[in-house]
Amino acid sequence: MSKDDFILKAEGLHKSYRMGATEVRVLKGVNLNIKKGEFVAIIGASGSGKSTLLHILGALDKPTKGVVKFEQRDLSRFRAGELNRFRNRMVGFVFQFYHLLDELSVLENVFLPTMTGKSIIGWFACRRQAKNRAKELLAQMGLTERIKHKPYQLSGGERQRVAIGRALMNEPRLLLADEPTGNLDSATGNGILDVLETLNRAGQTIVMVTHDERIAQRAGRTVTLVDGKIEHKNSNNL
Amino acid sequence: MYKIILATRYLLKRRTTYFAVLAVALSVFVVVVVMTVMAGLVNEFKEKNHRFAGDCVVGTESLVGFAYYEDFVKLMEQQDFVEAVSPAIKSFALKRRRGSDQDGVVEIMGIDPVRHSQATGFGDTLYYHKDDVSKTFEIAYDANLVGCVLGDFLLLQDTNSRNLSEISLPRIAYSISCFPLTARGALAQAGTDMVNTKTFYYSDQSSTGLPRIDGSLVYLPFEQAQLLCGMAGSNKRASRLHIRFKPGVKIQAGREKVRSLWQKFKQDKAGEIQAYTLDTVTVQSWKQYRRSSIAPMENEQTEMSVMFGFVGITTVFIVLVVFYMIISHKSKDIGILKSIGVSNIDIIELFSGYAFLVGILGSGFGLLAGWVFLLKINPIEDWLFEHFGFQLWDRTIYAIGDIPNQVEFKILAIIVVSAIAACLVGALIPSLQAARQKPVETLQVGQL
Repeated sequence: MSKDDFILKAEGLHKSYRMGATEVRVLKGVNLNIKKGEFVAIIGASGSGKSTLLHILGALDKPTKGVVKFEQRDLSRFRAGELNRFRNRMVGFVFQFYHLLDELSVLENVFLPTMTGKSIIGWFACRRQAKNRAKELLAQMGLTERIKHKPYQLSGGERQRVAIGRALMNEPRLLLADEPTGNLDSATGNGILDVLETLNRAGQTIVMVTHDERIAQRAGRTVTLVDGKIEHKNSNNL
Repeated sequence: MYKIILATRYLLKRRTTYFAVLAVALSVFVVVVVMTVMAGLVNEFKEKNHRFAGDCVVGTESLVGFAYYEDFVKLMEQQDFVEAVSPAIKSFALKRRRGSDQDGVVEIMGIDPVRHSQATGFGDTLYYHKDDVSKTFEIAYDANLVGCVLGDFLLLQDTNSRNLSEISLPRIAYSISCFPLTARGALAQAGTDMVNTKTFYYSDQSSTGLPRIDGSLVYLPFEQAQLLCGMAGSNKRASRLHIRFKPGVKIQAGREKVRSLWQKFKQDKAGEIQAYTLDTVTVQSWKQYRRSSIAPMENEQTEMSVMFGFVGITTVFIVLVVFYMIISHKSKDIGILKSIGVSNIDIIELFSGYAFLVGILGSGFGLLAGWVFLLKINPIEDWLFEHFGFQLWDRTIYAIGDIPNQVEFKILAIIVVSAIAACLVGALIPSLQAARQKPVETLQVGQL
């Protein structure tokens, strides 16, 4: 396999927190490679460090030790501005609790990442295009009728689909999903997983964190995290 | 763009923000009203003092006066920057109204009404002779009598009247008594004749709008006052010269020119017999001449400004507390924004923009309320006076017709800029705190 096939490589990741006098070691030397177009599920019990790992992979957090390379570029060498651009353009986050802005409409929430990446003039130059893209994404998620609604007017499944639309707005190379069905009933959760599968089939690289093995089975590969270490890797047969 | 949208939405949606807007509006309202009225009072007061004194005053506080003033008047009248010069006699006297057995101490000022009206605003202060000041001291019912002009407050006190419209042109006579002094300051006469007394008849009244002046000053014809004070004779003396500069001449520049001319004049007169009387003469701008009256008002204005500076500081703290509360409720939004690539500076700008909007809106409401209140302040005060006998400003102290309510653009601009700056300062610490928040913490992802 060519090294160019890997979109993301994590090498010897350690992460520890200080809680008073005690040092809590969350990650203890994690190595992980993600190929382009892969759908990887990171599974682990609560407290195993899976969300921490996801945040480090998406540059929301920094490892205490170790390296994360995105398309062969070491994230630790990125300056603050480059990291912001990385989060804006290269990765899309989907959170368990959706994390939408209540002050904005559904449509505005979706095109927000494009708007935040532009100056006022830049935004006015591309806003029509951005709005059309956001409408397309919402149409794919079956939310065309909801574009003017506020997030608090939607159901949990609808909110999570809006969050997926927002994550995909800037066509990121990598989609990171943190327990995307964790706050949904199983039918709605399955709908969200269907959306992720469809996206993956279209070539989207996805890393999903879950504690549920049945959900992890929907991914192409499962990585088990136990006590801060990768215990075993498994290729699911989809 | 998203910063403008989000800041506007936060402003409209967060009820806590309304308290910040209200705090700013109230502060701006109070400051606009008080500063406008205070600035109006001070400016009006200064303008009245300016009209009373002219642009520049050459004179002495000594009751002896100074000699050779006529030569200096001639010299001044030759200067191209001088519009008019009016010599004046100033002294103290005892005044007794005919038919009364009570004496009162007054200040007397001997002037030539025409010259004095050219050099100062004297003519405009007269009640009957505004249009023909040359007849100021003429008595309509007897051309042989000599007139005097009383300050209107003095006249009110004398006639026990509450307002001037109640007084019909009265045939009041006053005997004015002065102690004439020699050039050396000694009493000019001895024994029973040590006092000069002359009778003057009320010919007009003057209203400068300066209570201390209008309550104590009697204007007399120049020559008569000179005689009374012992300043007539071979070497005539005067107390001061009031000078008006030509239009466009700056007060300071004009005063400097007069000062240098005076220095030269004084040197030229050094060998003269009464040259020593020139030693106490000073050349002052109207502001310096009237500083004992103006300075307390200016101090009062400064004290007010300092007090309202504290109001501004209070506003800063109110905004700080409100923003601290708002930002603590918005930590999730901060995390979301950071997860999609928003920088720390953008977060600071977002909340500063929010504070800016609070400042703009608060100032807008405050200005509007202040402007409406100022428009109605006089009717409101009239109503309070009619119904409760309450007056915001005692007219005997402030000598104003109406409460000044002319809003000055400069003052408004300073207040608005200060209010917005106060909001920005108040929001600075919470904004910095927001920018420092880590996205993983603000998104409350407690899971490890």
